[in-house]
Amino acid sequence: MPKTPNQIHENTLRQATISVLVENEAGVLARVIGLFSGRGYNIDSLTVAPVDESGRQSRINVVTTGTEMVIAQIQAQLDRLVPVYRVSDLSEGPHISRELALIKMIGTGEARSEALRIADAFRARAIDATTESFVFELTGDTGKLDAFLNLMRPLGLAEVSRTGVAAIARGTRLI
Amino acid sequence: MTEMKSGAEVLLRALKEQGVEVIFGYPGGAVLPIYDALFQQEDIRHILVRHEQAAVHAAEGYARSTGKVGVVLVTSGPGATNAVTGLCDALLDSIPVVCFSGQVATHLIGNDAFQEADTTGITRQATKHNYLVRKGSDIARVVHEAFQVARSGRPGPVLVDLPKDVMVADAPYSAAPNTPHRSYRPRTEPDFELVTKAVHLMKLARKPIFYTGGGVINSGPEASELLRELVRLSGYPITTTLMGLGSYPANDDQFLGMLGMHGTYEANLAMHDCDLLINIGARFDDRVTGRINAFCPHATKIHVDIDPSNINKNVKVNLPIVGDAANTLRAMLAAWRADSVEPNREALAKWWVQINEWRAIHCLSYEQDKSPGAIIKPQYAIQRLYEATRAHERATGQQTYITTEVGQHQMWAAQYFHFDSPNRWMTSGGLGTMGYGLPAASGVQVAHPDALVIDIAGEASILMNIQEMGTLCQYRLPVKIFILNNRYMGMVRQWQDLLHGGRRSESYSEALPDFVKLAESFHAVGLRANNVGELDDVIAQMIASPKAVIADIMVDQDENCFPMIPSGAAHNEMILGPGKDQRAAHVSAAGRMLV
Ligand SMILES: Cc1ncc(C[n+]2csc(CCOP(=O)(O)OP(=O)(O)O)c2C)c(N)n1
Ligand SMILES: [Mg+2]
Repeated sequence: MPKTPNQIHENTLRQATISVLVENEAGVLARVIGLFSGRGYNIDSLTVAPVDESGRQSRINVVTTGTEMVIAQIQAQLDRLVPVYRVSDLSEGPHISRELALIKMIGTGEARSEALRIADAFRARAIDATTESFVFELTGDTGKLDAFLNLMRPLGLAEVSRTGVAAIARGTRLI
Repeated sequence: MTEMKSGAEVLLRALKEQGVEVIFGYPGGAVLPIYDALFQQEDIRHILVRHEQAAVHAAEGYARSTGKVGVVLVTSGPGATNAVTGLCDALLDSIPVVCFSGQVATHLIGNDAFQEADTTGITRQATKHNYLVRKGSDIARVVHEAFQVARSGRPGPVLVDLPKDVMVADAPYSAAPNTPHRSYRPRTEPDFELVTKAVHLMKLARKPIFYTGGGVINSGPEASELLRELVRLSGYPITTTLMGLGSYPANDDQFLGMLGMHGTYEANLAMHDCDLLINIGARFDDRVTGRINAFCPHATKIHVDIDPSNINKNVKVNLPIVGDAANTLRAMLAAWRADSVEPNREALAKWWVQINEWRAIHCLSYEQDKSPGAIIKPQYAIQRLYEATRAHERATGQQTYITTEVGQHQMWAAQYFHFDSPNRWMTSGGLGTMGYGLPAASGVQVAHPDALVIDIAGEASILMNIQEMGTLCQYRLPVKIFILNNRYMGMVRQWQDLLHGGRRSESYSEALPDFVKLAESFHAVGLRANNVGELDDVIAQMIASPKAVIADIMVDQDENCFPMIPSGAAHNEMILGPGKDQRAAHVSAAGRMLV
């Protein structure tokens, strides 16, 4: 059966960055993760940390991929969890997302100096150095970090530690 | 002022504040302090079940027949794990239950202590929400919160895990039963603008149908009243899901019967042909929709649900309304009266002509040889049971409540037993749990000691919680167990015959007990009907008995449940059954996966 334009649209995948404000109670992260695994949703990235003064509320940022219907489902499913205050799909509007990576390079000679040059171009900071190694710190959106890592790979990339995505809407819009 | 009491006493006090009258439970080491506190008070009654799964089903039966929250108490480890099936059952059918489980002392948690299980971990996906209470000062708050969460929004089971030391130590009590929840505030009032739009669509429809579900029952008896009013006012046909039976009187002319896999021909064809679907409190379950891309292909769809996650989950709808069923029905009635447009009576009359043609097929007819020695058809057994309870109700005023196990007998009960009121029909719909009916019936009977409570059972299912005969005996609960004994896991056999070349792998009920003697050994009454001649008498004796009864009804072994929409088929691809439709069942490979 040929697909109608509507069906094609319905089957298109997109990435969404969903922020969730939760009560900081025991098991809340397990609940969110269990929801994603139990219902077969993707998690591309997930971060969580307390965000209010008293430490009672945490913010979870989930980057996920799915059809429009699935992304709407994910939000509705998250919203019905008892400890959830608010759910927002930041990718519906202008927003900023950032992650931080710590990147360990091991090597000497030309590769080492090339790595330093590229790091400079990306504004990555060397925050640790020995004669055979560097640790770079780089902040940016996921695409920038991926591009940087791709360039570093042949130059002695030894280890990566990434935070996952933290995101917030632009302007005055709140979660 | 806050007083200090033991944690267990604080727990019971909070339960009393919640109006709890009955707990279904089973003791053990971790809950001994709670049982000790129970022993020393008289306000809350404890019903000792014979298995923790049964405690949850009993609480479900209690909840579904009263509209109150059912309460369960189990010990740690095996007590809690035994309760998991019941919790899942309550989750899928949206039944408000609060289950308290014992836990090892807080300092032992995580050490693989005796009878330790990670109960909150295990039940996280089996409950609407769960709690581990680590401090005495949290007990009262968590109890009140648990009840609030269980009963509000889309109801469901909540588990509260109680470490033994927290129950023993002194704890403060401050009453606060109804403080609003910090984060959980489900929407119950519908958006009136959407309701107005929906009603306008309803007025313009040419071939409308109401499709309603358990949400109407869960919303309380008023929702069923309002539904009746709206359906009658509109003159539109209505079909309900398995969970929705009783929300609309089954004998009313506008009722087309249940829809879905074993629904009526007229209900399913009306669904297939309708131009406007008005779903109130149903969730487009796969047993109802059949093949999704052929589901109500011509219809504009309105969906009223209290749970926003049900909207556009399986079926994309045109007009979603989030709200409680009663509130939304009330708003719809107001909007209907305010909208000056008249419904299209001419189109509607044609629609009814069409529906009545489908009805004339009499899809639920069956042939019963009435000679005394004839084999009993299961459908006939249910029909006679229904008629007898009706007559009994008229004669004595005693109300009838029906629970079921899972299988063919459950579907026949749904088809041939007619419900006129909500909260009279308790069946495991979402999880399809064999072993549900007997404990559920005991919970119903505890709530309604003077009612006639019947578990319509299969001979295989009944054995899954047969130990509850002991509970019936101990508390003098005169539950009637009406077994349609076909010596098969009939529903399994039916699928094997249909989809697996008739290879009846492990579906024969071998080595059955003598149910009459089994009843007697539990101090109940055992009866048997071998043929048509004995059926009515057995039913009459069963109803008249003041004791618990097992009525073993020997029925036709080869009977199948029809009509049937094979998995993966569309509503207009129903099989009507032998003698009615010669079309061979065609089940696609994809359909076989959906079983
Ligand atoms: C706990 C559980 N195990 C297995 C099943 C699968 N199952 C569904 S119906 C059925 C057979 C039920 O047999 P019986 O109780 O005799 O009812 P009948 O279909 O014969 O009326 C089985 C095994 C189930 N629903 N629940
Ligand atoms: Mg059977």
